[in-house]
Amino acid sequence: MSSHNDGSDNFSSTRRRLLKGLAALPAAPLLSSTALFSSSAFAQAPATSAVNTTGLAVTDTEVTVGILHSVTGTMAISETGSVQAEKLAIEQINAMGGVLGRKIKFIQEDGASDWPTFAEKAKKLLVNDKVAAVMGCWTSASRKAVLPVFEQYNGMLYYPTFYEGLEQSKNVIYTGQEATQQILAGLDWVNKTKGAKSFYLIGSDYIWPRTSMKIARKHIEAHLGGKVAGEEYFPLGHTQFNSVINKIKLTKPDVIYCAVVGGSNVAFYKQLKAAGIDLSKQTLLTISVTEDEIDGIGGDNIAGAYSCMKYFQSLDNPNNKDFVAAFKKMWGEKTVIGDVTQAAYLGPWLWKMTVEKAGSFDVDKIAEASPGIEFTKAPEGYVKIHPNHHLWSKTRVGQAQLDGQFKVVFETPDLIEPDPFPKGYQ
Amino acid sequence: MFSDYSLAELSSIFMMQGFAGLILFSVFVLMALGLAIIFGQMGVINMAHGEFMILGAYVTYFTSQFFLNYLPSLFGIYFFVAMILAFLAAGALGMATEWLMIRHLYKRPLDTLLATWGLSLILQQVYRSVFGPREVGVELPSWMMGSLPVTEVVEVQINGLFVMGLTIAITVAVALLMYKSSWGKQVRAVVQNRVMAGAVGINTEKVDRYTFGLGCGIAGVAGSAFTMIGSTGPTSGQLYIVDTFLVVVFGGAQSLLGTIASAFTISQAQSTMEFFLSGSMAKVLTLLGVVVILMLRPQGLFVIKVRR
Repeated sequence: MSSHNDGSDNFSSTRRRLLKGLAALPAAPLLSSTALFSSSAFAQAPATSAVNTTGLAVTDTEVTVGILHSVTGTMAISETGSVQAEKLAIEQINAMGGVLGRKIKFIQEDGASDWPTFAEKAKKLLVNDKVAAVMGCWTSASRKAVLPVFEQYNGMLYYPTFYEGLEQSKNVIYTGQEATQQILAGLDWVNKTKGAKSFYLIGSDYIWPRTSMKIARKHIEAHLGGKVAGEEYFPLGHTQFNSVINKIKLTKPDVIYCAVVGGSNVAFYKQLKAAGIDLSKQTLLTISVTEDEIDGIGGDNIAGAYSCMKYFQSLDNPNNKDFVAAFKKMWGEKTVIGDVTQAAYLGPWLWKMTVEKAGSFDVDKIAEASPGIEFTKAPEGYVKIHPNHHLWSKTRVGQAQLDGQFKVVFETPDLIEPDPFPKGYQ
Repeated sequence: MFSDYSLAELSSIFMMQGFAGLILFSVFVLMALGLAIIFGQMGVINMAHGEFMILGAYVTYFTSQFFLNYLPSLFGIYFFVAMILAFLAAGALGMATEWLMIRHLYKRPLDTLLATWGLSLILQQVYRSVFGPREVGVELPSWMMGSLPVTEVVEVQINGLFVMGLTIAITVAVALLMYKSSWGKQVRAVVQNRVMAGAVGINTEKVDRYTFGLGCGIAGVAGSAFTMIGSTGPTSGQLYIVDTFLVVVFGGAQSLLGTIASAFTISQAQSTMEFFLSGSMAKVLTLLGVVVILMLRPQGLFVIKVRR
C-alpha cells in the first residue's frame, strides 16, 4: 500500500482529500446550517502556503494543536474533565473532515499543577512544536503564568474556566464566564425569588473568590439594598469549618454565598450537614460547585443548595443531549460533566470555525476573525465571541439533587454581555 | 467583638465553640498519633503520613461500595469493618515501606525525610492512576449523620462525637500498648539503647518494623474517620500534613502526652480565634504563636529524644 503511494505523492494526497470530502457527506444533515456553510470539508483543501504564513505546524493533511492541562498534582481532579472534553471535540471535528481539510493532531503536555511548569510547557508547544492553537490552563495562576509566553511568541490560547475577569488579551479566547456574568444574575435571582436581603460570604483565600466576593458585595449593597452579614476567607485546603458554621447559625443570614474550592469544598458541605443546617430551609448559593465537585461531596450532603453557572449537565436541549451522550460514550457512563468541562469543549470548535472564517491558521488573522463567531451547536445553547474575546452566554441557577445532578430552576432570558472590566465593581 | 451578641447568645457561642474545639482536638490527636509514634519512637520523619491516611480513606470508600452492592442490610455497621481494614492495609503498606526503604536509612535521619517525601509523591500518583484523579464521595450510614439538638442554637454533631470516641479509644489502646505490654517495653528499650536492647535478645529489626506499621496503621484509621469530615482524593493527604507536623513538633514528640497537650492548645486557640477573626487570620496567629513558643522552647512542650 505504502509502496504504491510512494511515487505519486501529489496524486494520493489529492485523492485522500477527495475521499475525506466524501466521507463527510453522510454527516452533513447533522450539522447546523452555520457549520455547513462555513465548512470547507467539501472544497479542495487550500494550499498550505496560503493558510499558514507564519511557520505553524500545518501540513497538507494535518494541523497540530496543543492541550495543556494538569494531569498530575492537585489540579488533576479539576482539569481531567477539560482534557476529556477537548479530546472529544477534536475527535468529532476530525470525523467531520477536520479544519480546512486537515485533520487535527494534538500534542498533550502536563502542567503538573505547577505554574512555572505551565509556562515552560507553553513555550515548548509554541516554539518547538509550533502548534496552531493551545487548549489549556484551568486556574488563574496558570493562565497568568502562560500569558506572557503566548503574547511573546504570538500563540492562541482557549481558556475554559470561569474566572475573576480583569483581563483581556489578543492571544486568549475565554470560553468560560467572567465574574460579573456569573455573579450578578444569580444574586438578582435569589433576591427576587427568595426575598434575600442578608448574605454571608464565604470563600477560599485567593484571587478568584476575593474578586468575586468584592463584586458580589458591591452588587448586594448598591443594587439590591441588602447587607453583608459576614465575609470570611479560609486558606486553600482548610478542612475545619465548625467555627464559621457556628457563626452562620448565630447571624442567620438569608443566603450563604459560597466560593470555597477544592478539598475544602467537601469538608465544608459535610460539616454543614453534620451541624444540622438543612439546605432545603437555609438558602445556599454557590459559584464554585459543579457536577464534578458533587462527585466528591456526595449528593446527599449538598442536595438543596443552589449553584450559579452557565452550564449544567441536565440542561434540556438537543445539543446538550448529543454532547452528553457522546461524552459518556467516549469516557464512560459514570463520568459527570461540569461547567468548565463544557466550556473546554467549546474551545476546539470555536477555533475551527474561526480558522474557517479567516481562511487561515495564522494567529493574527484568528485573533482578528474571532469577534462575532457564533456556535449554534454549543451544549449550553448559543454562544458568540465578543470583541473582548469573552463569550456572550446565559447564566443559569441549578438546584443540587440527591443523585448529584442539578435541576435548572432559572435561566436568564437573554445572553449576558461579558464585561471583564466592570465599572463600579472594582 | 462581644458587643454584637446578647448574653444568651454568648453562652451558646462558648458552648458551641468549646465543642467545635473539642472536635478539632480529637481530629488533631487522631492524625498526629501515628506520626508521633514513628517520629518519637524511631526518629523517622514520615512525610508520607498523609498518603497513609488517604489509603485508609480509599479502603473505607471501597468497603462502603462493597456493602452497598452486596450487603446493603449491614450497611449501618460497615464503618467499623472499614476501619479495621484501613488499619490493616495502611499497616501492611507501612511495614513494606520500612522493610524496603526506611531500614536502610536509620543512620541518616534527614535522608528519611527526603525518601518519605518522594514516597508521598509516588503514592499520590499511584492513587491518581489507579483510583482516578477525581475525588470520591464516601457514603455514610444514616445514623452517623446529623446532630443532636441540646438547645435551640446549640447542636452536637454525631460524627464529631464519633471522632471523639474513636480518638479516646485509640489513644488509650496505644498508651496501654506502649506502657503496659511487653512489646511496648521492647520498643522503649530500643529507643533508649539500641545496642543493649539487641544484646539482651530483643529483635530490634522486628520491633522497628512493627512500630512503623503501627504508626501507619493508625494513620489509616484516621484517614478512614476523616472521610466523614473531609474529602477523599489522591492529594487529600496534603490537607492534613502541615497541621499534623505542627502538632507533633510543637508537642515535642517524645511522649503521647506531648502530642495530646499540643493538639489541645492548638485546636482551642484556633477554633476560638476563628470565631472572632477571619479563617486566614486565625491560622496566621496560630502559626505565629507556635513559632514564638518554639523559639523560646526549641525542644517543644515536652522533651524530645531522637535516636543517634
